[in-house]
Amino acid sequence: MSKTLFARGARFAAVVAVCLVAAACSQTRPELTTGNSSVAAGSGQDFVVNVGDRVFFLNNQSSLDGSARAVMDKQAQWLQRYKNYSITIEGHADERGTRQYNIALGARRAAAVREYLVAKGIRPTRIKTLSYGKERPVATCNAASCWSQNRRAVTVLSGQ
Amino acid sequence: MSFVMGLNPMRTTGIKQLLRHACRLVAAAVTVAAISQPAYALIELDITQGNVEPMPIAISPFAGSGLQEDVAGQISSVVAADLQRSGLFRPIDPTAHIQQGMNVGTMPRFGDWRTIGSQALVTGSIAQQANGQIRAEFRLWDVFAGQQLIGQQFFTTPENWRRLAHIISDAVYQRLTGEKGYFDTRVVFVDESGPKDARRKRLAIMDQDGANVRYLTRGDDLVLTPRFSPVSQEVTYMSYVGGNPQVYLFNIENGQREVLGNFPGMTFAPRFSPDGQNVIMSLQQGSNANLYLMDLRTRRTTRLTNTAAIDTSPSFSPDGRQVVFESDRGGSQQLYVMSSDGSGATRISFGPGRYSTPVWSPRGDLIAFTKVHQGRFMIGVIRPDGKGERILTEGYHNEGPAWSPNGRVLTFFRDTAGEQGGPQVWTVDLTGYNEQLVHTPNFASDPAWSPLLD
Repeated sequence: MSKTLFARGARFAAVVAVCLVAAACSQTRPELTTGNSSVAAGSGQDFVVNVGDRVFFLNNQSSLDGSARAVMDKQAQWLQRYKNYSITIEGHADERGTRQYNIALGARRAAAVREYLVAKGIRPTRIKTLSYGKERPVATCNAASCWSQNRRAVTVLSGQ
Repeated sequence: MSFVMGLNPMRTTGIKQLLRHACRLVAAAVTVAAISQPAYALIELDITQGNVEPMPIAISPFAGSGLQEDVAGQISSVVAADLQRSGLFRPIDPTAHIQQGMNVGTMPRFGDWRTIGSQALVTGSIAQQANGQIRAEFRLWDVFAGQQLIGQQFFTTPENWRRLAHIISDAVYQRLTGEKGYFDTRVVFVDESGPKDARRKRLAIMDQDGANVRYLTRGDDLVLTPRFSPVSQEVTYMSYVGGNPQVYLFNIENGQREVLGNFPGMTFAPRFSPDGQNVIMSLQQGSNANLYLMDLRTRRTTRLTNTAAIDTSPSFSPDGRQVVFESDRGGSQQLYVMSSDGSGATRISFGPGRYSTPVWSPRGDLIAFTKVHQGRFMIGVIRPDGKGERILTEGYHNEGPAWSPNGRVLTFFRDTAGEQGGPQVWTVDLTGYNEQLVHTPNFASDPAWSPLLD
């Protein structure tokens, strides 16, 4: 378990580093280079790294808090700019609930994200939603820190 | 719209025909030497009380002729295991039996069986028939009255020996408890393999004791919440085929699968009506989930609920007149009962915590549920009027009860925490005693019981 936590921490640190570099360079260059990897503006990687592909929810909640809205604002701007993408919003729940309800709860979270994007001007026809309930956790430890990572809605790009 | 899966469908038709044939023969009870003693004080197990003292019973290893010697011993072992797992019987170790080497024709020396404390005795013989079938005979004896209670014989194929054992177990159980058994049944479930963050989930089916596991889907698509038809060899379940989660109908005998309905959104949490002619399920509509009924003959759908809430996990009362379901319309997950036309929804759960996955007992008198309170997951039962709540088991994670066809036993899944954790199928008696793990090859969840096979 500690090994995974470490690995996860390392991954998170890498993402933070990339974001910092991105913030420093994004004013001037459409293409960012960090070490050996390059992130092309308008690419899927650009969306994940520089915008953020997911938002998180409180236990049994589906409302978007301030930090979630900040991510969604960036997603909306990005999607306005790169109009050839369609998206699927995948809603998820943590494992501390029952299966059927969590399927609906994941759908409710995906719907909240969808509504927010539509309100920000993204055409509804570009957006699909899908719920995985508690069936696709990303963090598997038995702790609140893992459960909070699993209560999420992930915006997945498709159809460029 | 249906197609045949490329898997081996289970061939039960032949078995059913054979056993139907056998059932006709059951009527011809084995004749036994007349017993001169008067019948008095016949044993009977009262299972209406909470904590039952298991009845000591002796299952004399069945005698087998020729090729069937091993099979005979296995059949009596499975009978003993069935009865033991029910929690209502305590089979006596065969090495402690005084009268050894019995066959179905041997007259018991009742004193010997009383000496070892046995109240009932099962004897049997398995014989090879010329046509390749086996003939199985067994007798159930009342040790104290010195009387035969049952004598039956069956003909079937040797491969069928486990079913034969379960049928004998059911006969013994029914004679001694006065209630129908549940051993000749199967359980459909979700087999789970692979790491926790990339679980492969397959629809699978096994005998109620965990034997004969077979896979009904390959695991390419996520499958959830299978439910057995109460009248046919069909299962309804949710599958993510093509990234489009929908409720499906699966025929176990011919392997055909079809999507149910043409709904404009995700459908989930399906369950059959008691007559098997309808499937009730949830349809996701934006932020809300509502209950719909689909008539399997006309394919017409009827909307039953329309609220700004999650309405799910519907389950019919055995008379088909009412439906219990869970809803968060009042702010948190609670149980509601309504008429099967969708009218008159009334909340029935009022204890602390969240209530979900209600399922109506086949006897009609109880509703089983999952309850979550302060991070603990419990399986409980409550009367349809909301009174008499009892918790049967509680712990880190217990979920998804399903009833045995006689309404005596609940199966559910218990999950364990952390990266290495995973769900396993358990059973618990209605009284809350006698928890038993059902051994499965992989992790397993969402068990659902078949009706008694026929």
